[in-house]
Amino acid sequence: MHVVVVTKNTPDTAATVTVKGDGTIDWGDSLVVNPWDEYAITEAVLLKEAHSGKATVLTVGTDEHQEALKHGLAIGCDQAIRVWDGALDGCDSLGYAEAVAAAIRKLGDVDLVIFGRELADIATDQHVYQVARKLGWTMLGYVAKIQALDVAARSITVNRLTEYGTQTVRSTLPAVISVVKDINEPKYPTFIGIRKAAKAEIPVWSAADLGLDAAALQPRTQQLRYQELPKREGTVEIIEGATAQEKAAKLIDRLIEEKVL
Amino acid sequence: MDFTLSEEHLMAQQMVRDFAQKEIAPTIKDWDRRHETNPAVLPRMAELGILGINIPVRYGGQGFDYITLALVCEELERVDTSLRVIMSVHMGLNSMALLQWGTEEQKQRFLVPQARGEKYAAYALTEPDAGSDPVRLRSTARRESDVYILNGEKMWISLATKAHNILVFAKTDPHAEPAHKGITAFMITRDMKGVTTGDIHGKLGVRAGSTGWIAMQDVEVPVENRIGEEGEGFYIAMSCLDNGRYTVGAGAVGLIRACLEDSVRYANERVTFGQKIGHHQLIKQKIAYMQQWYDAARLLVLRAGWMKNMGQRNTRETAVAKWFATDMSVKAALEAVQIHGAYGFSDEYDVERYLRNAKGAVIYEGSSEIQQLIQADYALGYRKDRPLRCELPAYDPEFWQNEG
Repeated sequence: MHVVVVTKNTPDTAATVTVKGDGTIDWGDSLVVNPWDEYAITEAVLLKEAHSGKATVLTVGTDEHQEALKHGLAIGCDQAIRVWDGALDGCDSLGYAEAVAAAIRKLGDVDLVIFGRELADIATDQHVYQVARKLGWTMLGYVAKIQALDVAARSITVNRLTEYGTQTVRSTLPAVISVVKDINEPKYPTFIGIRKAAKAEIPVWSAADLGLDAAALQPRTQQLRYQELPKREGTVEIIEGATAQEKAAKLIDRLIEEKVL
Repeated sequence: MDFTLSEEHLMAQQMVRDFAQKEIAPTIKDWDRRHETNPAVLPRMAELGILGINIPVRYGGQGFDYITLALVCEELERVDTSLRVIMSVHMGLNSMALLQWGTEEQKQRFLVPQARGEKYAAYALTEPDAGSDPVRLRSTARRESDVYILNGEKMWISLATKAHNILVFAKTDPHAEPAHKGITAFMITRDMKGVTTGDIHGKLGVRAGSTGWIAMQDVEVPVENRIGEEGEGFYIAMSCLDNGRYTVGAGAVGLIRACLEDSVRYANERVTFGQKIGHHQLIKQKIAYMQQWYDAARLLVLRAGWMKNMGQRNTRETAVAKWFATDMSVKAALEAVQIHGAYGFSDEYDVERYLRNAKGAVIYEGSSEIQQLIQADYALGYRKDRPLRCELPAYDPEFWQNEG
């Protein structure tokens, strides 16, 4: 059983993010593993342990994303691979998915690909679906629990978290899943894993290594600019009244007056 | 000279930081308020491998170096002193003593389960009437064929009621001249007949930590549990302090950082006279000092850690690091409370806990006054290091990381 978890670093969720005048963003100085991927990495390690399989942590990006890979190794992934090529600079999600799919094909024996539900910085998850589409594999999004994974029978059964409740789905393998935080309690790195990760030389696969044509990676969409949300301004008004009932009545009147109700 | 921490150091530091921030920080105030120890802490630190961080893998540890131990202590005490105290007694004062003085058989029997976190360890030197002057201790150990009979009482012992293995010091020769040559070290276990323990309540600080007393009444301790030679106990006790003080100093660095970080956050929130208080010069001065204390204390601690890694004797350097870092942590905590104003005086914020916790570390493991005497005696030429029969082994990555 070979499970691949795809991750990247994203700006620290505690950092102050500012939209600059020219429409670009200052994401702050520190990067962390995409918080959603903490669950994905843990799930990959839990699965490989349960099925005596192999877990690979993969990223597409510059060496800024090395830390996410090392984190994956420190938690228990067996190997890490970074895909990068100048041709990927400025690629859109489709180019990104092209590269991920090509790396997974190169690995060859992959049964399951796991993503965190979205990227915390730009709140997008289209790349996950695009990878599944490129591979031609089943896509199961928002997985809250893997009920059963039977590698021999080539099947996976999961609980998906939907707006209307939990949906139980069975699919054939190989498959691509994205996971939500109900799926597990993220593991910490182990000290043995940390030492292994610190010593690891992580291979970098180029577009040529993956047999990718630079033209296929050209962005078809372009990010033009970010815009700051208009600042919300509010005032505080304290409703006075002798009794709770009187205060509540006055509050309701005010809410109706303001057309909130 | 290279001040760079390795990737291993940084990742281990981050891991312990995440653990302390995520699992301990949210509830520590409540445990401290109730004067209770969170029972989940020790098993969790054991499970994560923290209790064996710098012990060789072949002895059940994680195989990291002595600098990592300091980084771990800093991160733990950044959140609460009680966490770092565990490392001071379990690791600094006990497990490292086994690494230094234990026979191979004792390492297998005591160190391996301690490093794996299956057994917790404590250190019992202090007595009700013997603190800064440990040679006055009254506990006795009388040899009777292949056992020693221990009697006596120990006081202010961290993890007294939690530890399985306790390194105790008693006089095998109460009339020895000089008196310190009559002291011998023993590893007792809390389940031995005649050992009773209890917690001490009403402490000013470290209220979420376990501090207690140990009474020994005709406790039969097998000869194989004697650590070192008969009469060597005082030297062992002092060498343990070279490691315990190191963890206390490293923890105090974390406490200074806690004061600094909390003060910076508050100074950027609180507004007086039309601006955030961080813009007032007198607040800036306090922040600046905290930064200076943090940097200087950390450098002193890391120098001691580097010397340990190199296998160099570091009694003086560890003592000066412990003295400076703990003294400055008290000052930093006082300033942090001052910056927080009336809020700092209440337990709505954490800084009052920092202040109460800081006060302990200028007393235990050699008070600041003792540390000053040590520094002066070295400088004046009244004190010189003599080689020990067993030195703390230098950090050798090969030896530490191999399964053995």
